[in-house]
Amino acid sequence: MLDKGQAGDIFDRIRKLASADEVEVLFSGGKFALTRFANNTIHQNVAEENHVVSVRTVFGGRTARATTNKFDEESLKQVVRASENLAKVQHPDPDLLPMPNSEEASGKVGESARSTQVHSTSAPFTPAPSRHFAQTAAITPEIRAEGVCAMVGVADRHKLTTAGVFSSAESFEGIFNSRGLSRWHTQTAAEISITMMAPDSSGWQKANSPDVAKLDPLQLAETAAKKAVDSAHPREIAAGKYTVILEPAAVLDIVGFMFWDYSGMAILDQRSFLTGRIGKKLFGENITIHDDVAHPLQTGAPFDGEGMRRQKVALVENGIVKQVVYARATAERMKRSEFKDSVGPIAATGHGFPLPNEMGEMPLNIVFAPVGNPQTLAEMIASTEHGVLVTRLWYIREVEPFEKILTGMTRDGTFLVENGRVVGGMRNFRFNESLIHMLSNVETMSLPVRSSGEESFDMVAPAMKVREFNFTQVTKF
Amino acid sequence: MKHVAKWALNTAAQRGASYADVRVVVQRSRALTTKNGKVGSASDAESVGMSVRVIADGAWGFAASAEFGRSAVEATATEAVAIARASAQVKREDIRLAPEKPAVAEWSTPYKIDPFAVSVEQNIELLLKIDAELRSVAGITLAEENLNFNREEQWFVSSEGADIHQTKLSTGAGYAAYAFAGNEIQKRSYPNSFGGQWQNKGYELIEELKLLENARRIAEEAVALHKADQCPEGTFDIILDSSQLGLQIHESVGHPIELDRVLGMEANFAGTSFLTLDKLRHLRYGSDLVNVVADARQEHGPGLGTFAFDDEGVAAQCTPIITNGLFTGYLSSRETAHTIGADRSGGTLRAEGWNRLPMIRMTNISILPGEKPLSMEQLIASTDQAILMQTNRSWSIDDKRYNFQFGCEIGWEIKGGKRVRMLKNPSYSGITTEFWNSLDAICSRDEWTLWGTPNCGKGQPQQVMGTGHGAAPARFRGIKVGSAFKT
Repeated sequence: MLDKGQAGDIFDRIRKLASADEVEVLFSGGKFALTRFANNTIHQNVAEENHVVSVRTVFGGRTARATTNKFDEESLKQVVRASENLAKVQHPDPDLLPMPNSEEASGKVGESARSTQVHSTSAPFTPAPSRHFAQTAAITPEIRAEGVCAMVGVADRHKLTTAGVFSSAESFEGIFNSRGLSRWHTQTAAEISITMMAPDSSGWQKANSPDVAKLDPLQLAETAAKKAVDSAHPREIAAGKYTVILEPAAVLDIVGFMFWDYSGMAILDQRSFLTGRIGKKLFGENITIHDDVAHPLQTGAPFDGEGMRRQKVALVENGIVKQVVYARATAERMKRSEFKDSVGPIAATGHGFPLPNEMGEMPLNIVFAPVGNPQTLAEMIASTEHGVLVTRLWYIREVEPFEKILTGMTRDGTFLVENGRVVGGMRNFRFNESLIHMLSNVETMSLPVRSSGEESFDMVAPAMKVREFNFTQVTKF
Repeated sequence: MKHVAKWALNTAAQRGASYADVRVVVQRSRALTTKNGKVGSASDAESVGMSVRVIADGAWGFAASAEFGRSAVEATATEAVAIARASAQVKREDIRLAPEKPAVAEWSTPYKIDPFAVSVEQNIELLLKIDAELRSVAGITLAEENLNFNREEQWFVSSEGADIHQTKLSTGAGYAAYAFAGNEIQKRSYPNSFGGQWQNKGYELIEELKLLENARRIAEEAVALHKADQCPEGTFDIILDSSQLGLQIHESVGHPIELDRVLGMEANFAGTSFLTLDKLRHLRYGSDLVNVVADARQEHGPGLGTFAFDDEGVAAQCTPIITNGLFTGYLSSRETAHTIGADRSGGTLRAEGWNRLPMIRMTNISILPGEKPLSMEQLIASTDQAILMQTNRSWSIDDKRYNFQFGCEIGWEIKGGKRVRMLKNPSYSGITTEFWNSLDAICSRDEWTLWGTPNCGKGQPQQVMGTGHGAAPARFRGIKVGSAFKT
């Protein structure tokens, strides 16, 4: 796998090949392998290795990018030429900033008049823990097959059919620029997702971590199997407003749809539901959300698409929307905009996408703060007179962008809760629910945990018990 | 590139593979976007690599690499065989491939103008002109435009003797105008939402779409939606424009007919299907007017699902999916064909790129137009009361593909054969087979468009694929409308 030293040599070669005023090179790639099973057998089993080099050049305020996965001299020449040819025919962008140097990117005071300064009230820098684990990097197809075999054994014992994945990866990402900046990050990842199916019911679990030792295939399989067994012969109950207990995967999959809007660019574009709402109480008192790449349960590189250090940002505190995140150029634009007095702190936060792009930035390391009186899932169920326990949500889409009404389905383990206990499975519901309404009606929460779904990115999120969740239809199973 | 394939095939055979195929792929793409008077992104990308798919000990293995040196290629083939042997540790029965005569062929997408030969300056000028036209309408707060060009060249060589060189070209373009006011964001898109229209064509597609000519109307509609009445809730007859019907086909016909879903292979992620094997040639999927085909052949048109051979070397075919309302066919592969008693694959196995395993994907899943001449205006004129819905805004369907809900960008109330008022936030929902059985009119060939969906996600690791959907405007009776906004 490419290391930082090799990448630095390649950057030097690219820099010599380029005639541009400024040059930035992103590196990414690594090894990825995934064993997929269904019908209690391994049916797909893949591995790949790929390295990508992406060159951005700048000529007098004009910039463009070209990308290749070939590293020979001729290919590097071509990718530089492609980037420069594209850049030269752009219109100058008055908002384009000089590339950051190491000092600016690390969060220290910017050196040029046009450089942005870090937010003066940002949290002290906490380095992210190592996210590379040798045991994860050493996972073989045989080890994955043994894990799958154990999970299939659980299915066989319960007379269920199972499907899922066991994947492993070792990856890198890095950035170098002609102002001397260089950043490098390596990490490993392992993931298990499992569905257990009975004739008319199913159950699901998913977990991932940079450290495979933190995954327990048997426990995931047993939990999914119990859900499938317990939700057998689902009853059809009319749609309507219910108290729901959303497991963490369901919480993250639905709330993930709002974080695209926690972006300075989204405010400038007037496509954010936070337009005119920053500084106001939008959610319940018990909702506090940070973006924090250094959190021990988070993953990912501690720098953004320009190499800027990702800072911890308070997005929501006690229900009040505090601020959004910014790439460098977005922050400068915001300071000159009509919105500058109504959006809270304005400063580059290290959340920008690689340039050039039209989306700006977004927070990707979401961490819900624990509440003072967390409840376990069992306690939430015990305190519910009449409600619905939801394992997982599916096919969530935005119906209305400003009230943030989302639609989607429950899936793989939807249960009726009556008089403090789970009494059986239910046919799956379609919901049409406003995220603002939902996060204003959270009665209790569990402690946040690292969670993974399929509709949004991974987060550190709690289970939530929510009043008046709006189910509008019932499906056939 | 053939020598690379040969090294891999020889190594796979030496390591004990009973079957092997190799794909060497060169992909090139260009993406240009503009937003509010500026270039949003300008990027070129290429990706080159090879993959080896093998059967050993009766199980599948797959490995991919971007390295083309002999030792690296042989190591990739060796790894694929080792992975297959690991797969065999958790195996119930051996893989069975339907027979396929090995093809030796050359093919490429027909086109008139190479989109990569059109200057970037010309493209940006077009996008900025559209952008200016959209923002010239008072009330437009955000305008976004895109142009996309892709070329994929592939060499497919198999241990059975197949040797296929295929080059596919696709072009996409579209734009959207947003109007934010009060507590509401309204949006209109052209020619379709979420990236516009995409086809396997050259730059001639851009010229055919009349992008600039439609910009002012689209922007004016986005602003006008703020003053439009809310779409009512209740049971109504509805008319869908062809782009929305294309997505309806994609979600409620295209996905449930994927045989891998039906067989449970996608159960953990994309889900399964209500179309269990017992329903083939027995289920009344739709009304007599519903005729749907899966057609990958060039004669069907330049859809994103058009090719000469799929990614396991099976020639493009036309499979009747729904015939006069009766469910008649699935999308199949060499591995799955035997489960429906077929002696040959339907030719639908495709991969996103060199580093992904081919899987069953929609080709061009199209509803055939009505045989009797019927224009959109004639359809409206023949409708006493209904709601016309145009251009998708949101889409969602359950994991067996029964219950769906779609939102559209704009609606129109039809009364006495005329459009009488604009409606905002239209949405409808239903159960797949009930919905298709309620179709009572579909426009004829002149109104039929082969739409491209460039972003269909499926598989683990997820793969994004382009699919085609031909559709003409159609009317459905007694559909649930507006429950998305029921509070």
